[in-house]
Amino acid sequence: MTVTTAQSPPGDQGPQTSLGKPSAPGTTLPARRKTRTESRRNLATLRATDVYAMLGAGAAALCTTWLMFDRMLPFNGALGFVVIAYLLFIGLYALLVSFDEDGPAVRDRVAAAIVQSLGIVMLAVLAFVVVYTLWEGRDALPHLNFYTESMADAGPVEPLSVGGILHAIVGTLWQISIALLICIPAGLVCAVFLNEVPGAFSRFVRTMVEAMTALPSIVAGLFIYATFILALGFDRSGLAAALAICVMMLPIIIRAADVVIRLVPGTLREASYALGTSRWRTVWHVVLPTSRSGLTTAIILGTARGVGETSPVLLTAGYTAELNANPLHDPMVSLPLAAFELVKSPEPTYIARGFGTAAVLLMLVLVLFVIARVLGGRGPGQLTRRQEHRRVKASRRDAKRFAAKAPADQPSDRPAPTRSTS
Amino acid sequence: MAPADDPPRRLHADMGVPDRVFRGVLRGGGALVLAIMLLVGGFLTYRAWQALSVAKWGFVTTETWEPDGGEFGISAVLVGTILIALVAIVFAVPLALGTALYISEYAPPRIKQTLISIVDLMAAVPSVVYGLWGLFFFQGHVVTLSRWISTYFGWIPLFKVDGADPGDPLATATVYTSGSFIAGMVVSLMVAPIICSVMREVFSQAPVGEREGAYALGANRWGMIRSVVLPFGKGGMIGGTMLGLGRALGETIAVYLIISPVFVIQPHILQNGTSSVSSLIALRYGEASEIGMSALMAAGLALFLMTLVVNFVASSIVARSRSGAASDS
Repeated sequence: MTVTTAQSPPGDQGPQTSLGKPSAPGTTLPARRKTRTESRRNLATLRATDVYAMLGAGAAALCTTWLMFDRMLPFNGALGFVVIAYLLFIGLYALLVSFDEDGPAVRDRVAAAIVQSLGIVMLAVLAFVVVYTLWEGRDALPHLNFYTESMADAGPVEPLSVGGILHAIVGTLWQISIALLICIPAGLVCAVFLNEVPGAFSRFVRTMVEAMTALPSIVAGLFIYATFILALGFDRSGLAAALAICVMMLPIIIRAADVVIRLVPGTLREASYALGTSRWRTVWHVVLPTSRSGLTTAIILGTARGVGETSPVLLTAGYTAELNANPLHDPMVSLPLAAFELVKSPEPTYIARGFGTAAVLLMLVLVLFVIARVLGGRGPGQLTRRQEHRRVKASRRDAKRFAAKAPADQPSDRPAPTRSTS
Repeated sequence: MAPADDPPRRLHADMGVPDRVFRGVLRGGGALVLAIMLLVGGFLTYRAWQALSVAKWGFVTTETWEPDGGEFGISAVLVGTILIALVAIVFAVPLALGTALYISEYAPPRIKQTLISIVDLMAAVPSVVYGLWGLFFFQGHVVTLSRWISTYFGWIPLFKVDGADPGDPLATATVYTSGSFIAGMVVSLMVAPIICSVMREVFSQAPVGEREGAYALGANRWGMIRSVVLPFGKGGMIGGTMLGLGRALGETIAVYLIISPVFVIQPHILQNGTSSVSSLIALRYGEASEIGMSALMAAGLALFLMTLVVNFVASSIVARSRSGAASDS
């Protein structure tokens, strides 16, 4: 037998591992080619040429627009500048990209630029509306009396250190509390109805609820005015406003709660029915607890919408500058209505108070929204750590109870049943 | 083998008295909501009857609003309402479409949830806040745009402004304020978040398999969006737009704060002065006599029916687009 040394296959130009000694007879492997180390692929979607094209187009558009506005044409105005600069930018960007890329790629880049700028414009404008209101409210907000006094003593020329929006805060709290008192039971019952009693009737009700979300707020106010005040003969009062707000809030709560209840896993319901439970016990002990966080979110979102309703309160409660803590009689103002009425005055202090009221209202909505997001981030059945902990503890207690009970009936060495905590 | 003392269970749907009571309560809850809705329509019609029987068909064609003189109609306010809503939609739809596409397709995944929350929050911002912003900030800034449009496009009847003289540098800007155009733009900001969230919802439901298929066939991102996301979300786009239109038709406070009311058909959207049904009600309910109140109820009824039709169409379109979502995934 001849001893063969490892040979590289012909044509292999790569560097070889040095074989110090001739290998042992037998099968030989071709020497592993050690090619140059592979460079890592660039997976980033943003490429340098794109950035250059974008920067170049931006600079060119700005300069050209400046030239047009300042040197060549009789244009003026910031808005026009922005619009023309933007249009020029899109055109120039397409031109620059087309030097490197083909048609579809150019369209892709231009579409991306337009979509992203539209999105950013809208988000920026919306953020600006909120920030503007908070900023304009800065004159009124630091005065402590703004929160503790009503406008009863504040004449038209009084400075901001006199008078406040206590009456509006009290009114809003009363109205939203009464509205919630009606809306929570009614909304939840209706949402459960839509899910638990399927049939033609519940389908019809669902359609009606969807139609009701479209109800213009002024029509809701008009409706309560026609029924509660004109037909039933009650006063204009906080209660009437609460009813009108309720008409607005109810469909919002029902729709949100309906979606959440629909997400409760069918297996949970079936397990409950399999244990022989009745319907209402299943709803009470399984469906509602499982979807609790989502239902809370639905209610809070409805509240946030209800708090901001102006026109129903305008029609049904009316405006007053005095503190009225009785929701059954006399006009009772709410935060949005107070803001609305205050800014209609030409007095600068009134306008400052109006913006302050709007800022308070906005912060209230913001807080409600944050609470809703914190509570409602998870789907039905997903527990927070604390809830899970509580459930594990309850399960241990059950296990202990069963273990204590087991020897009394019959000696058993089966492990005590434990509840799944999933 | 079953033991002898375990006879087969009797199966029946009746779960006993508590359950029947429970079901009754649930039915009652559903019926309550139904009753409210029917009462709204019923009571408005009942209250409006007096005015409608006075005005007859003139209610739809008359421009003036003098119920005590027996001369009133909603043609002017209806035109104003529709023009404001159309301006709102024209501005809101591109913004909402761009934002929805940005959130669902372009935004980095880390900030996606935050952006969705921001848009939802904006839908909850009270209308009076938008009204204040529009009245104190926006109105002054949009005048230059109005003037520019009316100067160069005034030959289009829609953009004509009576009494404006673009050649006069000292001309007052008041002919441009408080018109449908500005009110519509403010309303567009209010309805854009709603339209956007509906659109984003349907875009995010575009099936992953088809998206990947488009990429596999060599489409770039815009090609994928055009061939998969947009056709898939078409129903939601139309439905969301109609939903926004319904909202824009019924908006009261922001419009009331911005416009200066006139009661003639005012097709020139840039020009000062317009009116809408809801702001008419908010403006006149306080001093209304009995017949005046009835006339306002009739106007409310017209608004109610209009929004109802728009929203029924919208929700049926959205529902149909959703049902298609299950066909492929």
